[in-house]
Amino acid sequence: MVPMGRLARAGPALGGAVLAGAARLLRVPHRGARPGADGDAAAPARWEVVTVDRPPEQVLPEGRWPEPLRRLDGAVEVRVRPAPGDRGTELAARPLAGVTPPTGLAAHLVGDDPGLLVRRTLRQIKQRVEAGEVLRADRSALDRPEVHG
Amino acid sequence: MRALCWVTAGELAVREVPDPELRNERDVIVRVRRSATCGGDLPLLAGRHPLLRPGDVLGAEFLGEVVEVGPGVRRHRAGDRVVVGASVACGGCWYCRQGLHSCCDNAHADLASADPDWARSDAGCFGRPRAAGGFAGGHAEYVRVPYADVSAFRVPDAVDDDRAVFAADVAPTGWLAAELGAVRPGDVVAIWGAGAVGQLTARAAVLRGAARVLVVDRHEERLRMAERHSDAEPLDYRRTDVAAELRDRSGGRGPDVCVVAVGTPPARSMADRFGGQHADRPDALREAVHACRKSGVVVVLGGTGGFVDAFPLGALTERRLTLRGAGRPDLRNVPMLLDRMARDELRTEHLATHRLPLAQGPEGYALFRDRADGCVRAVFAP
Ligand SMILES: [Zn+2]
Ligand SMILES: [Zn+2]
Repeated sequence: MVPMGRLARAGPALGGAVLAGAARLLRVPHRGARPGADGDAAAPARWEVVTVDRPPEQVLPEGRWPEPLRRLDGAVEVRVRPAPGDRGTELAARPLAGVTPPTGLAAHLVGDDPGLLVRRTLRQIKQRVEAGEVLRADRSALDRPEVHG
Repeated sequence: MRALCWVTAGELAVREVPDPELRNERDVIVRVRRSATCGGDLPLLAGRHPLLRPGDVLGAEFLGEVVEVGPGVRRHRAGDRVVVGASVACGGCWYCRQGLHSCCDNAHADLASADPDWARSDAGCFGRPRAAGGFAGGHAEYVRVPYADVSAFRVPDAVDDDRAVFAADVAPTGWLAAELGAVRPGDVVAIWGAGAVGQLTARAAVLRGAARVLVVDRHEERLRMAERHSDAEPLDYRRTDVAAELRDRSGGRGPDVCVVAVGTPPARSMADRFGGQHADRPDALREAVHACRKSGVVVVLGGTGGFVDAFPLGALTERRLTLRGAGRPDLRNVPMLLDRMARDELRTEHLATHRLPLAQGPEGYALFRDRADGCVRAVFAP
């Protein structure tokens, strides 16, 4: 058993007790593993993880999943723990095996790289918490066909 | 608005493109007054970036006037004359809070095709492909500047546009090189490359108290500039044995700090690379590693994504060298550098060897790329 400090396997709204969950050793699947890989539909997907430079209370206020993570409720599981060295919070998520994701997300979560949507979601949470907003790309000329150059 | 766009390998054109608009609360829109060519643009110009698209606007270094302000901006208002740092940075992530803005975690927008964790990204750069996380560049009439409170700096009245535009990238990069080398009073510092960044690295070393600063190049006029404006000793590697000169001028110890600021090396064939042949000069990095004193620091600058073969690893380990690198500047030194500009300690306008209207952007880049007509930097005004 590897000690991991405070570790939470949080549901969308489990209250303050969430962050005091028991430590547990996580199985790290080999590269490329995902639901259905190697014909094992029940194999858990790889955890995607970001470090957010804020304490867990700020990353998950009142123990709740922040947007846009809440949109993935029922489709992913989430793990939260303080990062070592006062570097904030390690926020991880992975698609739940064998769960039919909510409509609209299905294609993303079962596509070639279901981790992509999860990574992007985590990155957006990190930006929102650290920078106060999610940076949008410049609009390209192609987005505005009414303007001709 | 008009902007300098990439068209195809080796070809740029000034074209009509849509005006930028505020996309985030912390954005401002800047009306550009000056923009400078940058060595990091040359691989793009040559068409060596896979995600570059015709119509992408170039320009990493610019200065202008704030004309629109997002509701989340605190430090700027319309009418401010600002220079915009060449690293887009959020100011709130762990790296930004350590002052390492060029490593910002949040400088990427919603990447369409690339994933910041797993693919090459130009996040945090102006004048880089949007598909790689970049932002439209400053060779334009207007630019959108994200995280403006962090990335844009008010220019003191005493500093004119032609000087201040070099506070975007060149001056902070040169200062960063001296910082990474931990240059301290009494040091001997050698710099390979007397381009704009090499010259301001030399100046930074002098301002930090270096006893001797030597600059290695082959362009006569650049060496003379480094001598005149940075108090550096010029070494023309076509005429001198650089290794012997450096030993001689450092009491046989070797320079305490060696900085490689030669920019993007020209593309070489595989055979040339493995044979170590065909560089038009001895490999600067190898020379720096061999020249540096025991336990000294070698700093490599430049945004090249290339590989360097025949690296003298043995010299690095046996002589306990420290190797450090940087591609883009941090922002924390920009206000200090602007103050030094205002006090005339740091003069940069001589680097703008060619001042042209934006309409002549393609010609300016050709001069800059070919180092023709003594060109160090071309600076455009829309
Ligand atoms: Zn530059
Ligand atoms: Zn940041």
